[in-house]
Amino acid sequence: MNDENILEFKNINKSFFHVPVLKNIQFELKKGHIVGMIGENGAGKTTLMNILGGVIFPDSGDMVLHGNLYKPNNPSDAIHNGIGFIHQELNLFTNLSIAENLFIDDFPRYKWLPLINRKAINEKTREYMGMVDLDYAPNTLVEKLSPGERQLVEIAKALSSNAEIIIFDEPTTSLTNRETQRLFNIISRLKESGKSLIYISHILSDVLQLADDIVILRDGEIVGKGKKEEFNVNKMISLMVGREITELYPYRKAEPTNIPVLEVKNLSQSGIVHNISFTLHKGEILGLFGLMGSGRSELAKIIFGLDSFEKGEVYIQGVPIEKYSPRVCIQKGVAFVTENRREEGLLMSSTIAENIGLVSLPSFARSIMRVLDNGALKPELQNIVKLLQIKSGDIYKVPAKSLSGGNQQKTVIGKWLLANPSILIVDEPTRGIDVGAKYEIFNILNNLAVQGTAILFISSEIEELMGLCDRILVMGYGEVCGLFERKDFNKEAILKTAFRENGNGS
Amino acid sequence: MEKAKAVFSFLRFDLKGYLSSLLLSEYFILILSVVSFLVLIPFVPTIATSVNIANLFSNIWPLLAIAIGQTFVLIIAGIDLSQGSIMAVVSVVGGMIMTNEVDPILFQKSPIWGVFIGDKGGLLAGSPFAVPVALIVMLLIGIIIGFLNGFAIAQFKIPAFMVTLVSQIFFSSFAIFLVKSENIIHLPNSFTAIGSEGIWFIPYSMFITGAIAIFAQWVLDRTVFGKWLYAVGTNVRAAVLSGVPSQKVIIMAYTFSGFCAAIGSILYSARLQGGRPTLGQNLLLDIVGAAVIGGSSLAGGKGKVLWTLFGVIFLQLLGNALSLLNVPYFTIYIVKGAVILAAALLDVSRTRILQRG
Repeated sequence: MNDENILEFKNINKSFFHVPVLKNIQFELKKGHIVGMIGENGAGKTTLMNILGGVIFPDSGDMVLHGNLYKPNNPSDAIHNGIGFIHQELNLFTNLSIAENLFIDDFPRYKWLPLINRKAINEKTREYMGMVDLDYAPNTLVEKLSPGERQLVEIAKALSSNAEIIIFDEPTTSLTNRETQRLFNIISRLKESGKSLIYISHILSDVLQLADDIVILRDGEIVGKGKKEEFNVNKMISLMVGREITELYPYRKAEPTNIPVLEVKNLSQSGIVHNISFTLHKGEILGLFGLMGSGRSELAKIIFGLDSFEKGEVYIQGVPIEKYSPRVCIQKGVAFVTENRREEGLLMSSTIAENIGLVSLPSFARSIMRVLDNGALKPELQNIVKLLQIKSGDIYKVPAKSLSGGNQQKTVIGKWLLANPSILIVDEPTRGIDVGAKYEIFNILNNLAVQGTAILFISSEIEELMGLCDRILVMGYGEVCGLFERKDFNKEAILKTAFRENGNGS
Repeated sequence: MEKAKAVFSFLRFDLKGYLSSLLLSEYFILILSVVSFLVLIPFVPTIATSVNIANLFSNIWPLLAIAIGQTFVLIIAGIDLSQGSIMAVVSVVGGMIMTNEVDPILFQKSPIWGVFIGDKGGLLAGSPFAVPVALIVMLLIGIIIGFLNGFAIAQFKIPAFMVTLVSQIFFSSFAIFLVKSENIIHLPNSFTAIGSEGIWFIPYSMFITGAIAIFAQWVLDRTVFGKWLYAVGTNVRAAVLSGVPSQKVIIMAYTFSGFCAAIGSILYSARLQGGRPTLGQNLLLDIVGAAVIGGSSLAGGKGKVLWTLFGVIFLQLLGNALSLLNVPYFTIYIVKGAVILAAALLDVSRTRILQRG
């Protein structure tokens, strides 16, 4: 195996809106090697890979591919230069066959005729499927394959475009253990055949098993780099975590009570969550931490009545819920700020006033015709806008989509506050909003808890949970794997619990 | 030279801004209607005669009544293709109940002979209750068919297009089946008066449609249900998450659409003095067209009764002018189709201009 560098990153810098997200990134990938890349959410891994893939462009710095300067203008440049991506969310057309997926961008034809040469694609497809141990007819529809097999189709697709460098971004999140093992065998074989790989994952033991070299990103910088022999899981976690928590969070003024308002008992839905039990108290902020695919958002959706469950019970104020739906939950004082404010939280083309009023309209209805009492509603809307400091023009004219991310999120919170909830579930409330707005949101949550609202705070950022919560519940693989009291908060321990590095790992 | 260029570019810019603000104005269609009316006067002087204007207005009310129902359905991002067939069934059933006299030769073979109609006329022929009962039954039929449409769409999640298309075909055939394609005539005078008489110079049809229009706009503006309609049409998932009973809202919208079709059917049947199984057959383009020309979006979340009124005025004016110009019947439809397509294009470009900010 020769040791030439196939790909080099040289001093890559990138900022979004003057906030640096990548600082002087510099590392190299050798031919036939695997670089394992790790880092927390938001550390800059995805941005870096998007630069490599020609999706976005660096502010400064160069990439060198096969000794030549490489400046992709778009994703197809990257493909033509032999760079293939295997994404977290698979990019396959499930309604098409394996062969069609492989050749979707360039079907072999009969000379100049607009007819697809089926024979040729079937032969080639068999050849590439052989490379990834996939034993199906080329015309099998992708929707009939398991997630693991679909991943193999993606790899075959990358191979079919003559990829020399293949990037795996969290490839194992939706795979079973057996599929994962099969994937690792193929990865090893790709490496032996001279392909170079970048392997991005949250599962540190996998990274240690596969990679030759390891690169650790934190806040857009490389904080650790070297041969894998120099690393172990503990060292990797402490490098990833790094900085101490500073004053980014409001001081928790009040102690939570021990009056239970939301009790979840043995909640199960096969394939999603298993045997979940916890209690949320009045005035408490309970954190819910989990990695992607841990079932944290799914659990929230079940509690709010959006998705069904097979076993278990949910009690609100000590009363079991019988007929479950979002409407029933809202009437019982539950509020839910979802993780996708654009798709699920807001009516983007409606005004701010319409959005804030939406949940509470029935309580402003008068007479049998349910006429809106605008005289009573307007001051309430104004109150919410003032309380949350939503910065916008005329709230009766400005549509929600013209607001900044932070103000949009405050609008979503505002619509629930107007309904005066006793239980507030927030899912990734600070995603995609700037630091200042984050602090305001933390403050709002804190004040609500002081006034007695029970808050279930779901997040994939440990720091914000540690900064704000009274207790943190850790989820992994659809199960509760740990509960931390405030005095026991420790980032490494929480991460380890979520990764399940201490014990029955994946 | 430089200066001239600058002035020119300024003018161009201003014109562009002016045009786009005109395009975005909710009165655009009304302005367009008035302008085309004025422009047409020298070419077709008869268009401005009092007889023609009265005729134009009397054509507006029945169509508006139906299009208001369609507007509600468009607001929730649905579509109701079945309004025409609801009109046909309603018209025939109304005739069956109240006709004073039927020709045995024409109707002996129809499945309702001897059950609903016979030698002595309709079910309640001659009774003082004939007209009120017929009106109630007619409205109920519209409401029931609308409810069934809405129920299938909300409960079984079948696309509205499919449900109402099937319902259109089923009920228009059913209307023809009931009377073997014959029109039921000899309706009581107190019924036909709805279509021909009025108080002072205001026709009854204007009163009825006007009342529905005002009520409908009030519902949209001032009630919880109105706000829910817009919310469901804008983003049904966000609406459900905010506790909006989306299924109920959808069913109500289609039920109201059926009710409006029944009102339209009553107005048309009274004016044409008969229960017609083919009533409303060619009306679908006008109904959806009027709402879309007015500015209701097929993508949902947008629509007003006032806009639909403008759309109806514009379409009726167009049809009226073309027939005064002696354009053949089918050619009128070709032109109408082109205009509605242009309106759909306008809807898309409006959205694009708004997005550009």
